[in-house]
Amino acid sequence: MRFVDEFRDADKAHALSAKIAALCEPGRQYKFMEVCGGHTHTIYKHGLEDYLPESVQLVHGPGCPVCVIPMGRVDDAMHLAAQDDVIMTSFGDMMRVPGSRGSFFDAKAAGTDIRMVYSPLDSLKIARNNPDKRVVFMAIGFETTAPSTAMTIMRAAAEGLENFSIFCNHVTIIPAIKAILDSPDLRLDGFIGPGHVSTVIGCRPYEFIAADYGKPVVVAGFEPLDILQSIYMLMLQLSEGRSEIENQYARVVPWDGNPVALKVIGETMQLRPYFEWRGLGFISHSALSVREQYAKFDAELLFDVPGVRVADPKACQCGEVLKGVLKPWECKVFGTACTPETPIGTCMVSPEGACAAYYNYGRMNRNRVAEVTIGSRP
Amino acid sequence: MTTQKPGGWIEQALAEHDEHHEHDEPAQREGQVSDREQQVLDRIDKARRRRPKVREERITMSHGAGGKATHTLIEAVFLDAFRNPLLEPLEDAATLQAGSARVALTTDSYVVSPLFFPGGDIGELAINGTVNDLAVSGATPRYLSAGFILEEGFPVADLNRIAESMRDAAAAAGVQIVTGDTKVVQRGKADGCYINTAGVGVFERDITLGVAHARPGDAIIVSGPIGDHGVTIMLARGELDIEADLQSDTAPLNGLVAGLLDRAPGVRALRDATRGGVATILNEIAKSADVGVLVSEDDIPVRPEVRGAAELLGIDPMYVACEGRLVVVVDGDQADEALAALRAHPLGTQASVIGHVTDGPPGLVHLKTAFGGTRIVDLLVGDPLPRIC
Repeated sequence: MRFVDEFRDADKAHALSAKIAALCEPGRQYKFMEVCGGHTHTIYKHGLEDYLPESVQLVHGPGCPVCVIPMGRVDDAMHLAAQDDVIMTSFGDMMRVPGSRGSFFDAKAAGTDIRMVYSPLDSLKIARNNPDKRVVFMAIGFETTAPSTAMTIMRAAAEGLENFSIFCNHVTIIPAIKAILDSPDLRLDGFIGPGHVSTVIGCRPYEFIAADYGKPVVVAGFEPLDILQSIYMLMLQLSEGRSEIENQYARVVPWDGNPVALKVIGETMQLRPYFEWRGLGFISHSALSVREQYAKFDAELLFDVPGVRVADPKACQCGEVLKGVLKPWECKVFGTACTPETPIGTCMVSPEGACAAYYNYGRMNRNRVAEVTIGSRP
Repeated sequence: MTTQKPGGWIEQALAEHDEHHEHDEPAQREGQVSDREQQVLDRIDKARRRRPKVREERITMSHGAGGKATHTLIEAVFLDAFRNPLLEPLEDAATLQAGSARVALTTDSYVVSPLFFPGGDIGELAINGTVNDLAVSGATPRYLSAGFILEEGFPVADLNRIAESMRDAAAAAGVQIVTGDTKVVQRGKADGCYINTAGVGVFERDITLGVAHARPGDAIIVSGPIGDHGVTIMLARGELDIEADLQSDTAPLNGLVAGLLDRAPGVRALRDATRGGVATILNEIAKSADVGVLVSEDDIPVRPEVRGAAELLGIDPMYVACEGRLVVVVDGDQADEALAALRAHPLGTQASVIGHVTDGPPGLVHLKTAFGGTRIVDLLVGDPLPRIC
């Protein structure tokens, strides 16, 4: 398949793998964080770690839109969904995320009208087709998905729709990266920068990471060769003593981002003073709410949202996993109490969550790969 | 802002966790990373072998998706209530002794939406699905029943179309529909037309097939490109605004199976890949026979249209339903024979050896990715959910 297979070429991967190994200084450990959950997914789905020397470790970051939604927000959404005449609409990813009283799937089974959509524009369609209902879209995601929510709000305004609103949970990536850089318990050598977020915000916002923290960033695409090449670029920077922002994903990411997308976000949404992130706690200026001008589309104003904060279960270590302090399997309840079937933490729900990716794809001892794949071949 | 504690189900899950793991050695922080990881992997393996329990208070769509939630429901509710040696293997059909004859019995219900789709309709599916469940047990499908649940207001013209299509499918598969039932429910209580078929087949060969018989060294073969049916249905629902020239692969497999068993008596197990796709069957093999399974992504046939749609949606064709594809476990020495037999039949021209049964970690399916890495292939909980970005 064109535009896919050329980015999954095993021969090129072997060549890059050798170049990475050649750059490793003996005795030195390298730790790179892939910020974006999409990268985590790619890494596990393609078994990319097989190509890395033991001294190069990947640490999974906070960039999984579903994973960072705190329990209280899920409860708020369930509360909205349970109101008279409400149809709640949501991306599929969100359907299994547990609130304190179960997930959207559970609420749906109990009779609440919750529908899975592929785009917020599908929610608009549902609103048009159900004029006697109030349709709410559960908006989640980083700057990647915010523009489509923004466009949907603007379209709803242009059409004069009276029965559509969004429950805005959009978050922004830079404050989360900053929180990680300021976290005392983690030592990183560099970042694999989030590709799709950067299509919107560009590469400039990362400059402080190199300038103030002295860490290199390579904005990366989502195919396995993209990631491998980005790791090589990071290793090259380290070996040459540089810390710069580089763009491996230039085929998609413009250096200055997408001004049109940024403009529509700015027109419809504004920064919240603070927002709770699952596991990371409250981070100031890290999330978006609907601007006053579009208040009639803001579910938080239209409905009475309880806004009760729900503490994460004590045993759940999603916060440490999201910050990259713990590997998924180092969490106390990983794979025993917390599984994809009965997730306690959000990291176990989304395919982009580090725990789900490890459980579904990577639940194996990499040191025994050779034994597994070669050992018993007839 | 007040803070609440999360609900009871989490505490229950944690209490059970403590009960089972209170004697676990704490993972050594100082130890070798891979040793600590191995401890956790062993613990997970133990947890996965525990008796499954349904935690949900109500049935969710995941329980019908053919993945982990379906397995849990079947084992925790139905197997628990009905347990007997004939049911226990949980194969596609039960093998029974009726007088001097050995027969296979199976049943399946069909609720597909839309009822008519490129390459078939619910009627054809209802015949082929049950014929295939019998065929993969090694029996020759003979007689079917047909039960209809119809919604008030359903067009008779559509029902005629479905009945004709069932007649043609039964003729093609060489089976007779010999008994039936009709119920009508009020508008809104069903979605047009649901069909249940049950089927009886007769064993003409002295064989017992079953995934529990798989042994290290066996080859695993699929009879053709995977995922056609599932992707066709997803696109036919018209919610995705993707168009592709695709048809359901619904087909009766009894002819293909007969040809295969004639030439390769070393076949140990057959399954038709329906809900949950090929990945689910591979997991059933690994779990039932307590063996490892290793497959190679490069060798798994997938049509470019199916791969393209699956890539766009972020789902894996390995989990997408087929309705006319066999998964074969055969003695490694007879792999070539089996492959040749499948390829000699029109429904098996693109058959391919996708991997082997191994003595690797028992219960796990490993995949050598096209990229050259390794990962496991687990059961999905429910339906594959499209990713958001």
